[in-house]
Amino acid sequence: MNFELIIDVVLLALLVATAIGIASLRQLFPVAMLAGIYSLLSACFFVLMDAVDVAFTEAAVGAGMVTVLFLATFALTSRTELPTRPRRRQAALIAVFLTGALLMLATRDMPHFAAADAPIHSHPLYERYTVTSNEEIAVPNVVTSVLASYRGYDTLGEVTVIFTAGIAVWMLLAGRSRRNKSAKGMQH
Amino acid sequence: MLDAILGLFNYWIAIGLMMTGLYIVIAHTNLVKKIIGLNIFQTSVFILYISMGKIQGGTAPILAEGTLIYSNPLPHVLILTAIVVGVATTALGLALIVRIYEAYGSAEEDEIVNKDRRA
Repeated sequence: MNFELIIDVVLLALLVATAIGIASLRQLFPVAMLAGIYSLLSACFFVLMDAVDVAFTEAAVGAGMVTVLFLATFALTSRTELPTRPRRRQAALIAVFLTGALLMLATRDMPHFAAADAPIHSHPLYERYTVTSNEEIAVPNVVTSVLASYRGYDTLGEVTVIFTAGIAVWMLLAGRSRRNKSAKGMQH
Repeated sequence: MLDAILGLFNYWIAIGLMMTGLYIVIAHTNLVKKIIGLNIFQTSVFILYISMGKIQGGTAPILAEGTLIYSNPLPHVLILTAIVVGVATTALGLALIVRIYEAYGSAEEDEIVNKDRRA
């Protein structure tokens, strides 16, 4: 357990360092790479937390696909950002510290990390999923049986969201090459 | 005291990451950077949820003979859905930025607002 705790602390510290790096760099290409590293680190963290399904989704989608999307965007737009204005930075810092302090205060009511008597583990659903699902669904991976069966409508909603987003992206970008050509034609 | 610190450490770090993401969204004017900040915020929420599902001495929720304690699978399912929805929103946001860049020639919030004022 202690060994796990050390890995936990180290991974979280690396995540914080990466996030600060992302906030302070102005070249966007390294920022995209750091965002990929951030995703991979969080995937490692999810493995440590026994969330293996979440970990491989995060590694494939968060570190893989999102990084590609960022790089594609840089190819179509710019790769550097302008420096932030000091007044805006101060306002942001104040807002962030106030919100953070409130949230920190709220954590005092949270059950301690990995506590066996936490409400989440004593809820009847926990037993339903980890014991009864073996007879009801007969799929060893509980996450799969919950995702596809107990909360199947959730997953259907998720697919709807992806479909909508896909159509929206297509509608936004489909006319791009045509517009570019006509814009060039106007210049000549 | 040390028990309380270690017991809440994960949540504090998650809040710290959340606030880093929020800071990027507020302070930076570059739209792509804002989306990256939003992604950091999002992942920190995942970390918060997944931390809550962990149980002392538990293993991954894959039913097998001989294991008695599993980490709670429900947060895993919810976050699995959230990751995929997050990618969908990121893709849509980036597509909008590409269109904005085409129309304004810039992905900086200040310049876009200025151009709108002048027009």
